[in-house]
Amino acid sequence: MTEQFDYTRTEHVLDPSGPTPAEQAGSDADVFDERVRAEAGAIVERYPDSRSALLPMLHLVQSVQGCVTTEGMRFCAEQLALSTAEVNAVVTFYTMYKREPCGKYLVSVCTNTLCAAMGGDETYRALSEELGVGHEETAGTPGSEGSVTLEHAECLAACDFAPVMQVNYEYFDHQTAERALETVRALRRGEPPHPTRGAPLTDFKDTERQLAGFFDGPGAREAATASASAPETVRGAELARQEGWTAPPMPDEVDLPPVPDTK
Amino acid sequence: MSEANTHGTTAGAGSAPLTPVLTRRWLSPESWSLRTYEQLEGYTALRTALAAHPDQITELVKSAGLRGRGGAGFPSGVKWGFMPKDRSRPHYLVINADEGEPGTCKDVPLMMADPHSLIEGCVIAAYAMRANHCMIYVRGEALHCIRRLHHAVREAYEAGYLGRNILDSGFDLDVVVHAGAGAYICGEETALLDSLEGKRGQPRLKPPFPAQAGLYSCPTTVNNVETIASVPYIVNGGAEWFRSMGREKSPGPKIFSLSGHVERPGQYEAPLGTTLRELLDLAGGMKDGIPLKFWTPGGSSTPLFTADHLDVPLDFEGATEAGSMLGTTALMIFNETVSVPWAVMKWTQFYEHESCGKCTPCREGCFWMAQVLERMVAGRGTEEDIDTLLDVCDNVLGRSFCALGDGAVSPITSGIKYFREEFLALCESNRGQDNTQDRESALAGVAR
Repeated sequence: MTEQFDYTRTEHVLDPSGPTPAEQAGSDADVFDERVRAEAGAIVERYPDSRSALLPMLHLVQSVQGCVTTEGMRFCAEQLALSTAEVNAVVTFYTMYKREPCGKYLVSVCTNTLCAAMGGDETYRALSEELGVGHEETAGTPGSEGSVTLEHAECLAACDFAPVMQVNYEYFDHQTAERALETVRALRRGEPPHPTRGAPLTDFKDTERQLAGFFDGPGAREAATASASAPETVRGAELARQEGWTAPPMPDEVDLPPVPDTK
Repeated sequence: MSEANTHGTTAGAGSAPLTPVLTRRWLSPESWSLRTYEQLEGYTALRTALAAHPDQITELVKSAGLRGRGGAGFPSGVKWGFMPKDRSRPHYLVINADEGEPGTCKDVPLMMADPHSLIEGCVIAAYAMRANHCMIYVRGEALHCIRRLHHAVREAYEAGYLGRNILDSGFDLDVVVHAGAGAYICGEETALLDSLEGKRGQPRLKPPFPAQAGLYSCPTTVNNVETIASVPYIVNGGAEWFRSMGREKSPGPKIFSLSGHVERPGQYEAPLGTTLRELLDLAGGMKDGIPLKFWTPGGSSTPLFTADHLDVPLDFEGATEAGSMLGTTALMIFNETVSVPWAVMKWTQFYEHESCGKCTPCREGCFWMAQVLERMVAGRGTEEDIDTLLDVCDNVLGRSFCALGDGAVSPITSGIKYFREEFLALCESNRGQDNTQDRESALAGVAR
């Protein structure tokens, strides 16, 4: 329990004078074509103030390139009349904006205290060894079938299912090292298992498209209605039903308080 | 069951241990759909509210005594009352669905199981505050929630519960579901507003409070998911009904999230003032019968409790009087196998990672505290380190714009308060040794 280990951190350096490895992975001006521009415009339309569109627009950029490149930042800056530096400042603040191309599957293991105590640290270590990569590093060629990016994550708001892992932000509950290894081996084979709760896995880019607010991919309707119920979620409700416990009944008539005097 | 709960409670003698209100629909098939919601009294409170004067709704929420469910416990009706009554500038309602406090897992299941209760609450709250725009800021990692909410918002638009002239009332409301991008600090309301404006999520100095200058410098109220989802029930049941659960100053039901070393972890909705002993009973006791060692009443930012605190009434006053805070009622439960210094180190690493960097005491303090704790857990600490930690805590607590730094010191100070001997035991092998070199490197700070 007292064991501790360092997560490998990849330092990112942005050199505006030359292409980064991320950019070599496939970026030129044409990447952001008319369709992407139109979608960026649609994001801006949602908000009273255009700059509010920046976070979703960066998700859109990631849905095109699998990460946020300098080119992607310039694209956002252009759409929103910001400087690239302003966009860069935002990108570097948030952990979900990746600076290197992600795998088809992003595997996030919660290593916050509770999950770690329940086995999350062990899970992370096992996956790191299996994949031969550290934090925010990718096994396989980014974007290709079976490629997996590993990261350790902070609390994923599913503590009653600890230890928890996400693949492309879909929940995989109770992921002990053994179960997580099974999951990740299946991902590597290109046979993505169904998450414990949520929609069937597609790929990281499609996930990012949804985070940009576009739910129009194939199977979007099925995805929205995919089951998310789990015994943990309804434990209290189920117990109350079994025991016949209810909240006090509401009265038939409720009088609203009078309108307060305004002077 | 209710014995420990009678002190100061306003609930009737026959009050049940669990009072499903927010979680009542969760067992219904397709509980998230508009059809199910409408079949189970959904959107009936909205009709009542839209027929009333906006200020009547605010008064109702005030008299119900609803307190913010996001951690701080500020009276919601009072907060709404801070909003100006004139419409010279746009008003905004912002929903904080950036659930990220370690241990907290109530809003995500609520939005997955019953998103329409949040949306109905949004319309009622926006009407009361004369806001025609509502933004729901959901943390990006909660993709299925975002999907669900998006779907539910579309259903609500199609049914005329959102958009122009809602139910012929003349009231307009647009709701935008906004995905975050991974930053714990955006759960702090002013950092959330900055993030929503497309900036780095860094807290603002208060005052001015959001009701004066919030989103786009316009009057804004930021409320937690569970708070707003409670509003339709208050409109339908009235203040007196709401106050028939919980305690006088902390009325109503609350979703308690039990996690960790318990037999049946999960979401349990009980009146405020319920104790951990009672909740553990409902959850089948400690996992495998291994005794309880420490727990948090409301996430990692609330000071730790121990087995001596099993009978503390879990409401805003009870938790505070016992030396902690109610927070988000995220009960993380740890048994005897878990090392306190290790747990405290892990949490401190979290705060170090999530400190936004704006205020020096928090940015530097969290970094130093993590270094000292890492060294201690690695067996290279000294007794003096405990004093150093407490000293740094003293220089972080209350010295930053927001409460992240305050939260960071909670596990450390409470951990040392209740389990000092465990920290000392880590240093035992180094007694009398000179570790000056080590200490210097820790305090050099930026060297790592």
